[in-house]
Order: sequence, then C-alpha cells, then structure tokens
Amino acid sequence: MLEKRILTQRFNKYDGLSIRQYIDLDGFKALEKAFSMSSQQIIEEIKLSQLTGRGGAGFPTYIKMQAMLNETRDKYLVCNADEGEPGHFKDRHLIEKDPYQLIEGMVISAYAVGANKGYIYVRGEYNNAIQQLEKTIKIATTKGYLGNHICDSDFSFELVVRRGAGAYVCGEEFALMESIEGKPGRTRVKPPFPTEKGIFDYPTLINNVETFCNLPTIIEHGGEHYSTIGSNHAKGTKLICLSGNVKHKGLYEVPYGTSINDVISELGGGTANDIPIQMVQIGGACGPIIPPRLLNMDIDNEAFEIFDAKMGAGAIIVIDENYDLFEIVLRNMQFFLHESCGKCAPCREGHIQIVKLLQKFVNYQATHKDYVSLQSLAEVIHTTTLCGLGQTSPTSVISTMTYFKEAYDKRINQQNKE
Amino acid sequence: MNLQKILEKHAFQKDHLIEILIDLQNEKTYKFVTEEEVSLIADALKVPVSHVCGVMSFYTLLSFDERGKYIIQVCKDVPCYLNDDFNVLTTIEKALDISCGDTSKDQFFTLEQTACLGCCDEAPAMRINNKVYTKLTKAKVLRILEEYKEGILC
Repeated sequence: MLEKRILTQRFNKYDGLSIRQYIDLDGFKALEKAFSMSSQQIIEEIKLSQLTGRGGAGFPTYIKMQAMLNETRDKYLVCNADEGEPGHFKDRHLIEKDPYQLIEGMVISAYAVGANKGYIYVRGEYNNAIQQLEKTIKIATTKGYLGNHICDSDFSFELVVRRGAGAYVCGEEFALMESIEGKPGRTRVKPPFPTEKGIFDYPTLINNVETFCNLPTIIEHGGEHYSTIGSNHAKGTKLICLSGNVKHKGLYEVPYGTSINDVISELGGGTANDIPIQMVQIGGACGPIIPPRLLNMDIDNEAFEIFDAKMGAGAIIVIDENYDLFEIVLRNMQFFLHESCGKCAPCREGHIQIVKLLQKFVNYQATHKDYVSLQSLAEVIHTTTLCGLGQTSPTSVISTMTYFKEAYDKRINQQNKE
Repeated sequence: MNLQKILEKHAFQKDHLIEILIDLQNEKTYKFVTEEEVSLIADALKVPVSHVCGVMSFYTLLSFDERGKYIIQVCKDVPCYLNDDFNVLTTIEKALDISCGDTSKDQFFTLEQTACLGCCDEAPAMRINNKVYTKLTKAKVLRILEEYKEGILC
C-alpha cells in the first residue's frame, strides 16, 4: 500500500460534527496527554518528530514554538486555512471531514506556547468549511474542549473563525494577519517575524491547517515514533492533491519519500485515455513545471531545492500532450496578475508585461527578443519582491525555460517562418 | 438584519470590518454595498472612509456594483481547464445570452470567473452564491441553470 492514513484516518468514519463519535475514534486523547506534560516537553516531542510546516515553506515547527515560548506578552495562535493555491483542496477536506482533529491540534499548540486566543482564517469561498468550523467550535466549547478551563485545567483558549473575502495573497502570513486586523491584505517587511510581532503587534504562532493536524498524532504516539515515518529528508506523511489529466483525481496521504511517479501511476491510475504525460506542475500555480523524465523524484521539500522552489503544499497537476504548454503558463500568470496586492512594483507591473509576452507565445507572434524580456522579467520578479507571491509566481516560466527550452525555440521559429 | 444590527453583532470593532462588509452584502438580494453604507460604517468604527473603500476595492468578493440575485462564478484555473472539455463559461454565456462579467436584464444572474474553488478533485467546478457545483457536464450545467430559473434550486 502506497498510502499511509494518519491525518485522514477518521475521514468518512464520522459525520464531522458529532464530538461523541470523534472521542469514540480516540479523539482528544492527545490533548489529555498534553495537559499532563510541560510546555517544554511538548515542544521537545515536536522537535523529535522533525515536523515541518505543511503550507509550502517547510520550516521546522518546533523553532517557531520555542520562539513563542520565550515571549512573555499576550500571544496569539493563527491557523492559515486560506487555501487559494490552484490545485489544492487538502485543507478543505481536513476541515470538512475531521474538524475536531484541527481543533485538538490547535489547543495543544496554544497550551504549549501559552496563547489564549486563536483565529482560523478561512477563505470566503469555502462556505461549507466555515459553517462546519463554526458549528464544531460551538460544540467543542460546550463540551469543555475550548473556552475557559479546558478539561478542568487552568488553561483557557478562545477560538474564532475569520472569513477571507477573495484574495489569494492573504495566504501569505503577514497579509493574512493584516486581513484579520480588518485591513487590505498587503504583506509587511520581515523581520520582525510573526513570533515577535504578529497580530496587533503581539507574538503570533501561525501554521497551516495540515501542520496543526499533525500535532495530535505526534503527542499521542511520541515524536520519535513519528520520525520513523518518511524519508531521510522529511518525516511523516503528506497530503497530496492530485488533479488534472489523471484517471483518479483526489486526495491521498502518503509518507515522505514516495515518488511523484508512484502517486500518479499507482494512486492516480495514470492519465485519462492513456494519452502520454507532457508535463506535471508541482505545488500549484506557483510551482515548477517538470517533464516526465524527472517524475522519479521524491515528494520531499528538500528534493525540490534544485529548482530553487519547494514542493509547495502538495498539489500534483498532471498535464497530458493534448494541451499547449504556453496556454498553461499563461493561465498561471494571469492568475498572479489578478492576485498581486500591488505593494511591490516588480510584481504589480511585471505580471502585466509577462502576460502580454506569453500571449505572444500562445499566438505564435513571439520573437527571440520577447524570450529574453520574459526571462529577465521572471528573474526580476523572483528576486526583488517582498512576499512569497512574487518570489514564487515566475517559477512556471523559469522552470519551463529550463526544461522545455526547445518548445520556446520552436514557437519562435514558427513565427519567423510565417 | 440591518446595518446597525450587524455592527452590534461585531461590537463595533474595527478589526471586524471585513466580516461586517461580508455580512451586509449577504443580507442583500443584489449583493453590493453602497457609498452611504461605507460612510456609516466608517463613522461607527471610527476609521476613515478611505480605509473602508480601500478594503472594498481590495477584496474580490466585495462589490460596489449591484449584481444579480444569483452570482455564477466559473473557475478559470489550470486544474479545471484541464478537465473542461465542453467550455463551462461559453455554455453559460450562450444559455443566458450574457457575456462574462455581465448581469442578465432581469437581474437574476451575474456571470463571473473566479480563482480556484478548491474542488480540483471534482473538476470542472462553479459556484452559485454559496453553493459549489462540481463534475460539470454540459447537460448538468444547463439543468442547474433551469432549476434556478424555476426556483427548484435557490
């Protein structure tokens, strides 16, 4: 079996609302155990587990928690559920199918770092997830798993849902915090990092939904046990969002170390109609587009550093030979043109020009000069913008220029002949 | 719920501005916020009118323009594009005789494109107000539109 179901173990085993059924499925066991441990002991377990952030950046979770623990002011906890990266749907599934697991993970984190208020920021488009969370938070509060004196302890933690209003950039941590403060989602300059100066300038621990969902299993079974799952680079499991031209699209949970090829062929059943794979985009619109010969690579974050890009949050988008490479890259860049917050000039203006250049490639009107302009624009946006949006948005351009250079050359030559 | 009640629900807290605007818009049949309401909100939260306008224009789901009773949003991103073999957008444009971005004359439907709806596992997808419809086929799209017109879906 390629799949290893830990975070998704309760999926479809209960309705996602009944707290009684969640408890019957061993829910809140980890929380009770956590309350018998000290903050430092919990963080030590997270350190042993080698858990890294599942939102795309892959930063070690314990470092953020330790930094929070050292702070003495009021502290906040934030769950980033602004899942807007095209090709991702894992956080929506985690919230809709097992919301109590997320709540449990958040309460454990809050207890460990000493935060008494938390926010879950959900994108406005996820109406079902928002309703599910509002209902389950209410139930969990009534049953004493949230609110004052949780499980009869001295610890209190209030959790509220905040809705986004249609802005992809709010998935970036500082843009998200600006949005929670009721402002347009424009990022801040780092440092200071959120653990020093986050929401309302207070220390804030912000993690992705999937990262928080890993905490109950780590605390329940121990960090050392968790670290036996996975590869040399990365530990634990990863939720993979498989989409595009595959037979069985869907959400799969696999241990790190699994190859992209195995996910596509064994879990996805290969391409629909058995048309050969032309390319695969990894990590959503901001991720690299790679040719089939590279698909033997692991899904690990570190294995992707050769692209100066990360695995992202787990999307694998399979594209077969029926589709035009330039049409795909153009759609990606149109997305970023619309979603740029406008704060950094290279991102705000650069995407307008990149889209114009790519339209020339799509329409067989591009010249070698356009190629050079496209290349330098992509590099400038990648290196000179403040937040992850601009830093990663040109990845599909840069990666296709690396791996599909002949497609660009061919398109330019076809123009010359006409 | 009128504006005053919404403001009270959010205890006049300025960090709730986006929540207030979403709640206000959802209350209305034609899903929009007026300039007068922006001024009232700014006064109530003790923030400049320009701040409220800045938030209104930043977020895609908020609108100053009156729209249709039902807002159809078709996903335009790659995973849906790869599974859209009949063109969801043009199918709706033809069926309703409107272009993308427009509202029908009877103000029943507005047609828009949207960024990824997080339903790539069931692509192609669209959203009508708060409901998401997936695994679309041409027949399914036409049937959904008919059922809205007949009041079976709402």
